[in-house]
Amino acid sequence: MTGSTFAHRLVALAACSAAAALGTQAAAAEPAPATVRIAYIDPLSGLMGPVGNNLVHSWQYVAELANKEHWAPGITFEIVPFDNKLSPQESLNDLKAAIDQDIHYVAQGNGTSVARALIGGISKHNERNPGKEVVFLNYAAVDPDLTNGECTFWHFRWDANSDMKMEGLTNYIAKQKDVHKVYLIDQDYAFGHQVERAAKEGLAKKRPDIEIVGDDFHPLAKVTDFSQYVAKMKAANADTIITGNWGSDLSLLIKAARDAGLTANFYTYYAGTTGVPTQMGAAGAEHVRVIAYWNPNIDKNPGDNLVKEFKAKYDDDFYGLAAYNALRGLAMAIVKAGSIEPVKVAYALEGLKFHSYNGDIEVRATDHQVEQPLYIASWQKLDGKSVKFDQEKTGYGWRNEVTLPAEAVTLPTTCQMQRPPRPN
Amino acid sequence: MSGAPPAGPLRGLAPWAGGVALLVAVPAIFGHGFALLLYAECAIMVVLALSYNLLLGASGMLSFGHAVYSGCGAYAAIHVLNWIGRSHAALPVTLVPLVGGLGGLLAGATFGFLSTRRSGTAFAMITLGLGELVGACSLMFPGFFGGEGGISGNRTVGGNVFGVPGWNLGSDIQMDYLIGAWCLACVAGMRALLGTPLGRIANAVRDNPERAEFVGYSARQVRWLMLMASSFFAGIGGGLAALNFEIVTAENVGALRSGEMLLATFIGGAGYFHGPILGAVVFVFFAVALSQITKAWQLYLGLFFVVLVLKAPGGLADVAARFLAQARDGSLRRRAAGLGSMAGCLLLALLGLILLVELTYHRTLESEGEGMRLIGLGLDAARPLPWVAGATMLLGGGLVFRWLRRREAQALPRSYAGPSRAWWR
Amino acid sequence: MNLELALISALNGASYGLLLFMLSAGLTLIFSMMGVLNFAHASFYMLGAYGGYQISRWVGFWPGLLLSPLFIGLIGCGVERYGLRALHARGPVAELLFTFGLSYVIVELVQVIWGRPPVPYRLPAELDGTLFTVYTVDFPKARGFVMLVAALILGSLGAVLRYSRIGMVIQAALSHPRTAETLGHDVPRIHMLVFGGGTALAALAGSIGGALTVTEPNMGITIGAILFVVIVVGGMGSLAGAFIASLAIGEIDAFAKVIDRSPADLLGAVGLHVDPSNPLRAVLDVTVSQAAPVLPFLLLVVVLMVRPRGLMGKREDH
Repeated sequence: MTGSTFAHRLVALAACSAAAALGTQAAAAEPAPATVRIAYIDPLSGLMGPVGNNLVHSWQYVAELANKEHWAPGITFEIVPFDNKLSPQESLNDLKAAIDQDIHYVAQGNGTSVARALIGGISKHNERNPGKEVVFLNYAAVDPDLTNGECTFWHFRWDANSDMKMEGLTNYIAKQKDVHKVYLIDQDYAFGHQVERAAKEGLAKKRPDIEIVGDDFHPLAKVTDFSQYVAKMKAANADTIITGNWGSDLSLLIKAARDAGLTANFYTYYAGTTGVPTQMGAAGAEHVRVIAYWNPNIDKNPGDNLVKEFKAKYDDDFYGLAAYNALRGLAMAIVKAGSIEPVKVAYALEGLKFHSYNGDIEVRATDHQVEQPLYIASWQKLDGKSVKFDQEKTGYGWRNEVTLPAEAVTLPTTCQMQRPPRPN
Repeated sequence: MSGAPPAGPLRGLAPWAGGVALLVAVPAIFGHGFALLLYAECAIMVVLALSYNLLLGASGMLSFGHAVYSGCGAYAAIHVLNWIGRSHAALPVTLVPLVGGLGGLLAGATFGFLSTRRSGTAFAMITLGLGELVGACSLMFPGFFGGEGGISGNRTVGGNVFGVPGWNLGSDIQMDYLIGAWCLACVAGMRALLGTPLGRIANAVRDNPERAEFVGYSARQVRWLMLMASSFFAGIGGGLAALNFEIVTAENVGALRSGEMLLATFIGGAGYFHGPILGAVVFVFFAVALSQITKAWQLYLGLFFVVLVLKAPGGLADVAARFLAQARDGSLRRRAAGLGSMAGCLLLALLGLILLVELTYHRTLESEGEGMRLIGLGLDAARPLPWVAGATMLLGGGLVFRWLRRREAQALPRSYAGPSRAWWR
Repeated sequence: MNLELALISALNGASYGLLLFMLSAGLTLIFSMMGVLNFAHASFYMLGAYGGYQISRWVGFWPGLLLSPLFIGLIGCGVERYGLRALHARGPVAELLFTFGLSYVIVELVQVIWGRPPVPYRLPAELDGTLFTVYTVDFPKARGFVMLVAALILGSLGAVLRYSRIGMVIQAALSHPRTAETLGHDVPRIHMLVFGGGTALAALAGSIGGALTVTEPNMGITIGAILFVVIVVGGMGSLAGAFIASLAIGEIDAFAKVIDRSPADLLGAVGLHVDPSNPLRAVLDVTVSQAAPVLPFLLLVVVLMVRPRGLMGKREDH
């Protein structure tokens, strides 16, 4: 080694060290990038597996979007899926596992029983472990009690609750002159009972001349053969079916209705969920309506890119816009709070307003229920104009019939929320 | 009982002392999250499996519906817990598992009256039917069973234990110690029961019911009493689970839970008192720990169970006892080389099986797009090499094992290669 | 309840009952033959559905319907030959535990190979559409097909058992296995064939049932429980009893779902009103349609108490 080479190396080494020192100084000025992990606790197997799989992909897709577009600069979002097999007990085990992995945000939506169990578990955990709180982002469990009598500070609901949806549906039905005999069928758990109650109340108030000719409850996610229920509907000469069923319970019901030649109209909450469009196919045209916070064929809807990209990546239809809204809201709250600490973020979420693909969103501070417009759509053939996107490659999709502004479907609340002390 | 003569009172106390030490030390050493969960699950399963063995091993009654008793105990416990919270009653939360035991006892007395009228296969069928009946009823009576959501509770409603501030059972460590204490009490209680005349007569009814009747005992009554005792302890286990998880749902009475108890007891060995304890620990290890490593753990558990039924129906305790007996009388040393190579072959075959199962599992999930890692080795499920390797290991290991075993059986006297001792003939 | 509803309920109940009979016939044969209560029978039903699905993906539904039962039947033969035969000497408990563990393993194996969500196994387009219409309700071709297949299979099974040579040997081995052996018949091989045949029947029921409803890993569990009710109520070991019991349970299930009255209503009709605060009210308020899932098990428990032999049972504990 000659002297000059050695000297060169020495200078190079000094230069590198200086650069490194400067670099770390610069890096220390910004916070190191943090990862916010969200535990997704929903069924990924069993009869409701297809719905859960579609929605976990939706969450993962939205998280990638959030990271790509830097919704919260310096923050990377990551989804950690857990298969709860639709069981409240299993969900609590998954919650414990998530907490053990230092995850502070939980997303769930399929099944109010699970949501209730998670809220109970999270409330107890937060009370017993201050400083390690967990926030619950409920994107689809719509029992109204969760934002009324059972409201908690840690729970945020991003879907319109069942009473709000029924308010919109009954207003619409009240205007339909051909509705005379209504049959109610629902899943036998808290949510199903809420739907049935709200339907009866709403119809009695707005159209007392309508006769409720049937009222059935069946076990959740267990029935594979609805032919007897359809036979009852036929026997009662029902012209309209109102149901809160979702997943396989709705797709198999519609399949049985089609097999038996039932021509009644279906008014549903969840005809857009996985499996149902395939069962409806052409036979469902003109007969099925759905009320939801979004559909991909809303007029002047800029959400087309979401639908197209999701289809390209997962070969599936994107309908879980609540996941988008929830993550968007979370990112905005993190930026507003300047921190990823759950208590601060939760306070920042209260009262948050932003414009999303389905209209103006507001997280109501009193009860943490998101106020947003609702849309009633009917199942129609793909025509490129009013129906630009079809579902599940059936050639049929949702044509938007009515846009209900948020004020029309916002209901008062009885929530008396207990809040933790506001951090400074 | 094995043929070894008892060797003094202190020898019998050693396992008890060891157990107590374990129960006290583990939460203290580990102190957080996963280990505490494992401890709680183990201790509860030990109680449940031992209670199941009061039926299976001690009285010869194969039941497929044991979760009915533990589940009824769990429901009783959670309702009482909520009642304590509402009415600030004087009943301490630490005694709630006893309420669970009474709930289980009530269920055992009622359902047992119906099921113990028969024995053998018919009894097994009745328990299956009763289990399904109660499971199906759980949706019909939401007042007691809580419907799909079950019943939740809060174990801190009872105020402080012994009045010590901070001891409100909120933390997992405190709950674990409570579970440990109850577990010890139940194990001691069941051991004592088996030494009583009732326990002995139950053994007699298991072995030869006709002769027991001739001697003057009513086989039916004995079975009913043992069922009530078993359901009492099962109810305590259910009460502990209710307190630990703070939720009780229809799963607590379901067929899956019954199957788990059967699996745990049988894997451990129904012919020994400590068999179910061993089986419970192994089962929880499979269910809670192994499930973190691989998603196919239930397949491994099922295969393990089937292999045990075929080759070692006495369970792990029996296998261990035979090995110890052979070690004691020196015959193990003679077999050592042969056993070593056989174990090696088995290990190879097992690795091959694991490889194949994990590859298949990964292929099913290939839409996830992850590469597969097994013990740190990255493997590609799309290429044929790992499959071929796995199949070769499985077949090769299995065939060599069979050849070695045949050779050993020819070389050694029959008595060393005798059949595994089961509690039934 | 009008005539239309009654007729369609009877038809729906019959189609479910016949599917159940296809399943329980195999189990009854196995039990009559070998005294083994095959816990894994419902798992073979599920295997048949998955087998049908996989084969239909390669060569179509109809070949799948034929081949799936054959393959699963072969697997059943293997299970008997290498598993049950070794355990026979150890008694019924060992065999029960083996089939119990086997049922568990089969469900897990299916999940490992095909995954946990349901698979899209459907009946072919030829079976879409209506067979006939009862007043205003359409009766689908698919259900008619199920009933047809079940009737055909069972008719031929009965004929084989009664009129063919192998059938007579089977009947002999059923009641007098030792004598049949002394006469030179290979009784263990007959056991293997009967076990394989029984599982093939279950697989056939699965290939159809899975396509008719949903094919997913838990499909065997619910129907498995009902299966045991059928076996016990009908009498363990009696084909005719299994037939009657399957139809009965199918009809009870169908009709129970359409009866919306409860015992409280019945009491009210005769003038007895139960006070709402009465604790029994919770039980009395349950309508028959709500109790529909429970009725088969209630029947099971009652039969086991009152007439443990079942309706037409020949074999009991042994």
